[in-house]
Amino acid sequence: MRGTDFISELEASIEGSLVGRDLEAVDPWLEIAADKILETCRWLKESCEIRFDGLQCITAIDWFEPDPKKASKVKWEPHTEVVYHLWSTKARASLVLKVKLPRWQGNEPGKLPELSSVVSVWRGADWHEREVFDLSGVQFNGHPDLRRILCPEDWEGYPLRKDYEMPLEYHGMRGR
Amino acid sequence: MVQTLDEDQRIIEFDVRTDEMLVNMGPQHPSTHGVLRLVLRTDGEIVSELEPHIGYLHRCAEKIGENLTARQWIPYTDRMDYLAAMNMNLGWSLAVEKLLRYQVSEKARHLRVLIVELNRIASHLVGMGAYGLDLGTFSPFLYAFREREKILDLYEEVCGARLTYSYITVGGMTADLPPGWLQRCEAFLDQFEPIIQEYHTLLTTNAIFVKRTATIGVLSPEMAIDYGCTGPVLRGSGVDIDLRRDGESIYTAMYDGYAFEVAVMKNGHYPRDHKYPAVPKDAVLGDCWHRFFVRMLEVVQSMDLVRQSIDRYSQCKGALGEPLKLAEKLPAGDTYLETECPKGQMGFYLVTDGTPIPWRVRARSSSFSNLAVSPELCRGCLIADVPAVVGSLDVVMGEIDR
Repeated sequence: MRGTDFISELEASIEGSLVGRDLEAVDPWLEIAADKILETCRWLKESCEIRFDGLQCITAIDWFEPDPKKASKVKWEPHTEVVYHLWSTKARASLVLKVKLPRWQGNEPGKLPELSSVVSVWRGADWHEREVFDLSGVQFNGHPDLRRILCPEDWEGYPLRKDYEMPLEYHGMRGR
Repeated sequence: MVQTLDEDQRIIEFDVRTDEMLVNMGPQHPSTHGVLRLVLRTDGEIVSELEPHIGYLHRCAEKIGENLTARQWIPYTDRMDYLAAMNMNLGWSLAVEKLLRYQVSEKARHLRVLIVELNRIASHLVGMGAYGLDLGTFSPFLYAFREREKILDLYEEVCGARLTYSYITVGGMTADLPPGWLQRCEAFLDQFEPIIQEYHTLLTTNAIFVKRTATIGVLSPEMAIDYGCTGPVLRGSGVDIDLRRDGESIYTAMYDGYAFEVAVMKNGHYPRDHKYPAVPKDAVLGDCWHRFFVRMLEVVQSMDLVRQSIDRYSQCKGALGEPLKLAEKLPAGDTYLETECPKGQMGFYLVTDGTPIPWRVRARSSSFSNLAVSPELCRGCLIADVPAVVGSLDVVMGEIDR
């Protein structure tokens, strides 16, 4: 990430969007408030001096330790983290955005955490968001066609969650 | 009996259907490059909508990565883009090395350039040959595979495998080159160079090939960037981006001191460092022909790079260096790195918590984003042009489904 001037501009333009940062990390990142992600992304693409016109990747990370012995030692609270990797074709610069979400909406198991879709900003986000929804279980509001992409449509559970258990049976096929 | 007009029309409607029809292509279709299913909504011969269905080759590579150490995951990267496994190995190795802030020896650096550029040639040969197959000509495929076979033979000598190499690994390579290999590699290049002209005669400048590919599936630069298209698909639209030159420093440092041209149309012409065939009059920037042509130019550029790296590698004094331990401890943190693979920019993201086993592994596939644009390219084209458009994206399903 080259130049950090735009960060203060971002703070001024969209109030309350920036909730954390680490500019010393291997890949410097900004943490964005979950309810401001769409606004922030649109600003970064359209109004920011470095136009982040490309979306490289969307990843969801499940911060959850299923082993109770290890769980007591970890330093973080269980949560889901969505990471956006942006790229500017003109400036050849990249930017990492992180968003923290609860693992389940309102701590109700089975109710997916919700986040605004950025398909209206980058069309390429379409399949990436479908993949995150499919494998990690994040509900993207405003996505034009949010359904599973890699797993079959009647698949149950979200395989990239740490507490996922492989089904024992699927349409008469043995799971393990 | 005299028929009324009403009845007459019903008979016609029954015989000739004029409504929309859904046509299913794949998942086992010879022109879909693996297990890809395309559902076309057609109006006569015109495709009004195309929808790719993927996931037939999904093997949860990312989940597997959460249970293995970084070096143990190398064989799984082989099975993503199995036509350019060396490039996949390199992408993951560099991502881990970036997190470890580790630098490989000078000799390993030149050897890596040699190996990955040779793999780029092999991958583009498959892309070219299979594209001929998509368009209904069989012979270019055989000519392409004849030469690719020789590259695979070279790789077999290096690491014992012909497809899934696991040769480049975190911290270096698993072994040095066998004696006499460089001479055999040079002999291959000398023999291969004049053959490229044959490929141009067979396909690039072939009148039928040009008719089938020019002005078909035009991808504008804006749409290419919006969809996250990369590699030859992006450069075929005239966007001058190649991570070997524009990427992150850990990756561009590998190509430090190497001379090569980015195969892209700039100021109305392609690079002129070699003798290339002229662009046909019908071709429009961003169409299937240009995507194909960019790959053909990259083959020549990669040959140059291989030649340069052979020189540098053989002049390099000192040891190749040992790769890192199988269970090397990774510092807590996260890093993302994209490298320029033959199909596009392949990204690896890894999140670690201080143990040798990554907490989360993510592979951002270039073919995934390149295929996502296919519904836009196929809207309004003929059914017969669908294989031409999808083939020109040169996707590999192992990488899309992971």
